[in-house]
Amino acid sequence: MSIITLTDIRILDPESETDVIGHLRIEDGLIAEFGPNCDVDGTLIDGANLCVAPGLIDMRVTTGEPGRENRETLATAAKAASAGGVTSMVVMPGTNPVLDDMALVDYVMRRGEGLPVDILVAGALTKGMDGSSMTEIGLMQQAGAVMFASGKSPIRDAQIMRRLLSYSASFNALISNHCVTPDLSDGTVAHESDFSSRLGLTSAPAVSERMMAERDVALAELTGGRVLLDLVSSAEVLPVIRRAKAKGLDVSASVSINHLALNELDIGDYRTFAKLEPPLREERDRQALLAAINDGTIDVIVSDHDPRPAGEKRLPYAESSPGAVGLELLLAAGLSQIADGALEILPFLKALTCHPADLLGIDAGRIQQGAAADLVIFDPEEPWVCDAEKLNSRSKNTPFDGRRLTGRVRHTIKNGVVVYSA
Amino acid sequence: MTHDFDAYPFEREHCLSISDFHRVDIERLLSLGAHYLNLDEQKGGNREVLRGKTLINLFFENSTRTEKSFELAGKRLGADVISMQVASSSVKKGETLLDTAATLNAMNPDLLVVRHGSSGAPALLSQKVSCSVINAGDGMHEHPTQALLDALTLREAFAKEKQARDIGGLQIAICGDILHSRVARSNVQLLNLLGANVRLIGPPTLIPTDADRWGVEVFHDMETGLKGCDVVMMLRLQLERMKGAFVPSKREYYHFHGLTRAKLAHAKPGAKVMHPGPMNRGVEISSDVADDPDISLITHQVGAGVAMRMAILHALSDAQDARRSGGAS
Repeated sequence: MSIITLTDIRILDPESETDVIGHLRIEDGLIAEFGPNCDVDGTLIDGANLCVAPGLIDMRVTTGEPGRENRETLATAAKAASAGGVTSMVVMPGTNPVLDDMALVDYVMRRGEGLPVDILVAGALTKGMDGSSMTEIGLMQQAGAVMFASGKSPIRDAQIMRRLLSYSASFNALISNHCVTPDLSDGTVAHESDFSSRLGLTSAPAVSERMMAERDVALAELTGGRVLLDLVSSAEVLPVIRRAKAKGLDVSASVSINHLALNELDIGDYRTFAKLEPPLREERDRQALLAAINDGTIDVIVSDHDPRPAGEKRLPYAESSPGAVGLELLLAAGLSQIADGALEILPFLKALTCHPADLLGIDAGRIQQGAAADLVIFDPEEPWVCDAEKLNSRSKNTPFDGRRLTGRVRHTIKNGVVVYSA
Repeated sequence: MTHDFDAYPFEREHCLSISDFHRVDIERLLSLGAHYLNLDEQKGGNREVLRGKTLINLFFENSTRTEKSFELAGKRLGADVISMQVASSSVKKGETLLDTAATLNAMNPDLLVVRHGSSGAPALLSQKVSCSVINAGDGMHEHPTQALLDALTLREAFAKEKQARDIGGLQIAICGDILHSRVARSNVQLLNLLGANVRLIGPPTLIPTDADRWGVEVFHDMETGLKGCDVVMMLRLQLERMKGAFVPSKREYYHFHGLTRAKLAHAKPGAKVMHPGPMNRGVEISSDVADDPDISLITHQVGAGVAMRMAILHALSDAQDARRSGGAS
């Protein structure tokens, strides 16, 4: 029987809002006991000045497997995840081939077996992500798909989105739609503002996001479907989400860690590593998004991990690929915001643990007696400087390269096994 | 049974929708249908009923069983029957529906059987011609003669078991592509009128908006929906009426909504299966279920089709004669 005890550690369980200093004992991969009076036994990990929280669940990870293994494989992504305190991650369907069939869902799940992180699969909403032909949502769900998504090309046609939501409602499937209006955003590379117009970049206004959110909320109301507004990035979209929730609709929203930590000024001198989709917006947007995490308007924080080889980034700004890796920096970037006083720790952790677990319908994201010991142990105050070359991801594209961060992962435990130690 | 309603004359001019009829009309039609189910009555019976009358079959959409059963029904009652081949008619040359109606009307038919791809087309025709119009299916609206023959089939099937010619109280599930089905719309009305409890089962994309206000229970899951059902009425997945994807694939449709023995096991033991035809085997129904004579009423439905249509033609023709003699005196 393998026993590990974390001693004198700050235990954070977001769902129960537990925040106590005590011990936490793991026996045979499960959380056996925790709290100030917990018995100490087995291998000890000194937790003084450290925190333990449920392992993070990242609902939006892109890998290159199958088809683009030069960017990232499931194994390299899993390594990056462990280094970032992530113990479950949902991989996006935009691979080559697109994950639009139950056999492919099954394939990716099998490839993920034995990795130090649970690989969950998002099935494609439409075949080949063509935006029009519905995939076998029911069969893919039976094969194990936990949600359905269309990558960064939203379902443009409202009738098709209506049918997708309506059809999937009978399976209670979660439908994620990227929250931009293609008619306004296609071909643009930046947020429409004074700053981007000075840079001379083609840009899309924040209403592009609000319009798609309004449409999808209206369709969720019509159909009773479950919609996730994927990657919101502007202040303007938040009232739409609040209204939908006040009406009791099954609407949720996610935001990427990048949009909580950065703003459009990080583009600076055409830094393509800060080119993202949706684009980084203004400081007031970032502040509003942080507040929306604190008050629960936004349900989920994701890394939006999107590995890109240097060749796709070292191009003129408009021609480079958007996207950044994020699995390893997700927690540190968030803890830095907490250290700055902009973000509260429990709402931040909720958006990375129990909220995604509930949306995905998985048994994870909690510190509970008898629950699987998927845990992250971190120092909330350790200062360090991010060096992209030291990342575990196969691709190193991060806008945080060279930045000072506060807070760092010390250990990641998956099913009671320490899978990462700094 | 017939005698109860003899005092009430059947006075309907057209058969366009189930809602044209009240309960007594329906009983008259069904008991007349039961009379014609007897093959001696059907084939060797009274050919005087429609003698001297002209029946025109006007089919703007393809049909095998409905068109032929009307043709046979008319002939067995002694009518002159012609079937308009719309493909080779003036409609293809650009004639409008109402011009066709005026042309046909000038030939003085007595009974006009119409199938048309647009909902409401037979009703429009009925306003412009001086004969009785029978709706043999209009768009996604109604197919009243199919509903009547289904009711007749059910009465016969359950008469043997329950010793009662009544379908009141039966739990009947109509499954599949309800949205595009005129058969479902007519059946919901008729079965409700006859006191059955109707459920609709299908994926949400194929259930019409607010179908729960039709006096039915709506389910999206076959296993839950079929619990306790006496009758399972399957509908064809009408791919030709679908613009865009309502269901992802035939494979997924069959997996979740195709009737197999395993799903049928959730219904009452001895439950009967119906299908208005034509069937897509392996899409909405497995051959195994469709071809099992112990549970499938599908061939009975075709048989009842001729009898029921004879009854409808007979009743409408009698009402027509009564009207005409009434008008003359």
